[in-house]
Amino acid sequence: MTQLSPTVFLVFTAIKVIVVFTAILLAVAYMTLAERKVSAFIQDRLGPNRVGPFGLLQPIADGIKNVLKEETMPATANRFFFVLAPALSIVPALVTFAVIPVAAPLPTPWGVVDMVVADLPIGILYVLAFSSLGVYGLFLAGWSSNNKYSFLGGVRSSAQMVSYEVALGLSLIPVLILAGNVTLTEIVHQQQSLGFWYALPLSLSFLFFVISSFAETNRLPFDLPEAESELITGYHTEYSAMKFSMFFIAEYAHVLTASALMATLFLGGWSVPFWSGDDMFWRAGVLVAGLTESGQPILASPAWWKTLVTFVAFAVKTSFFVFLFIWVRWTLPRFRYDQVMHLGWKVMLPVALAYVILVAGTVLVLDQLGVEGFLFGSALTAVSGIATAGFIFFVDRDRILRGAPRGRLPVSSR
Amino acid sequence: MAVTVKVMHRPEAGETSYLRATLKGMALTFKHLVNPKKVTIEYPEERPFLSPRWRGTHVMETHADGRPKCVACGLCPTVCPANCIRLVGGEDDMGNRYPIVYEIDEFRCIFCGMCQEVCPVEAIHVGVHFENAEYTRDRFVYDLDRLMEQDHPSTLLWDPSDPLSE
Repeated sequence: MTQLSPTVFLVFTAIKVIVVFTAILLAVAYMTLAERKVSAFIQDRLGPNRVGPFGLLQPIADGIKNVLKEETMPATANRFFFVLAPALSIVPALVTFAVIPVAAPLPTPWGVVDMVVADLPIGILYVLAFSSLGVYGLFLAGWSSNNKYSFLGGVRSSAQMVSYEVALGLSLIPVLILAGNVTLTEIVHQQQSLGFWYALPLSLSFLFFVISSFAETNRLPFDLPEAESELITGYHTEYSAMKFSMFFIAEYAHVLTASALMATLFLGGWSVPFWSGDDMFWRAGVLVAGLTESGQPILASPAWWKTLVTFVAFAVKTSFFVFLFIWVRWTLPRFRYDQVMHLGWKVMLPVALAYVILVAGTVLVLDQLGVEGFLFGSALTAVSGIATAGFIFFVDRDRILRGAPRGRLPVSSR
Repeated sequence: MAVTVKVMHRPEAGETSYLRATLKGMALTFKHLVNPKKVTIEYPEERPFLSPRWRGTHVMETHADGRPKCVACGLCPTVCPANCIRLVGGEDDMGNRYPIVYEIDEFRCIFCGMCQEVCPVEAIHVGVHFENAEYTRDRFVYDLDRLMEQDHPSTLLWDPSDPLSE
């Protein structure tokens, strides 16, 4: 099994771009339905069930409605940026998916095709770069609307996304330390060969990454940029019809990408747990399943059904996180602005930094001791488990849930 | 009077963690998510329960021969707080009074049910009914024929088992 010739590679890349793009938009459409259904069920309602069986055609009806609605443009808006902003927010959300591997390589008569649009050597850096661009769309939308609420929403979104990008980046560093690589396919492979999903040996990173992903995607409890009750949906107050829809699609595409990223980085991506048949990765242009004791490559045997099974595994993991996003949204109220900033800068940043040092130290010690494989994973899991438990214990001592301590302030000052 | 500011004592942000509260809340929402008992009434297929004391669209009671029971005494337009009843009375050869024009503007009506309470011959009633949507506004002024055609049950103004509301 060898790599593709350049022409075939181009053709397959074009096909993959179209398929992935369509799949994302379709998934986004159905995520809106899932959001409405789950929210309804959580509130003991039934949700949309009029259009098609179980309301399955509802996203199409919504789409038609949004296309047919009137496009409004505030008289004092900056036209250029007002039109540019939705595009700027939707493009980064869609293109970040390009580097996420969705399944095991697929064998074709022309060679083995990677199930990733672009297996960039800079993987995660590309994701970080493009997800940071998303803030421009939000901020420009808020600013160009020339509306004070929109503007506040834009300011909040930029402050929040910049703050949480720091924690997001820092929570990724342990993953990079462990994988020794920033390519997402390589990270998946490293998790396969370690036999541990990184959610276990890097549990605190996982927790932080989930929290910062919520902030990065502007989902509750971090939806301050759109805060309906205070800012009248913030940065997209002035948008209508398809331009509004584009912000919506961008938000859900962000959620999808963040979910897929979490599944890839921390839950082993497309690898099926407890099954080594799907171990395959490229070494010097050859697809191998692993290395023998003496370092000889064992050839992998890709098959179409393996691609299918691994894709299902990836889809299940991603949907779990999508469900988590929706579930949390309909559980929690919004943070106050100072709480968001406090959590980002005073809690997550220092703890994530300390955790990077802890993981680096542990990995160094284990490497020096020559510990490998299962023992390496277990040792790191134990260390991270202690760190996570300590973190949770520290931020969640029993004083915390009792509300304000009684009688701490003299009565006169209340 | 001096201006006073109410100082809210909130827990310092540093003391606040919502981890356990979050998990507790998520457990609760999940319980509701899988709870098969839903409160939605799927309206066109499934009808909501209306109390027998529900006050909705009016009904004019008729005699067995199809004449309205109304004797055009003029009490209902007098008592109507929304002033939505228009009544023009007439008298036949036998000296019986009857309504020539009897119109109720369902848009103006506040469904207080006072017309039913005041009616000495129990002719006009509010009814246990709410589906009175129309395509044009003028269709909401119900004339006498239309009021007599209404076939939904009329409202009970008191609970028959407890007429004095004791």
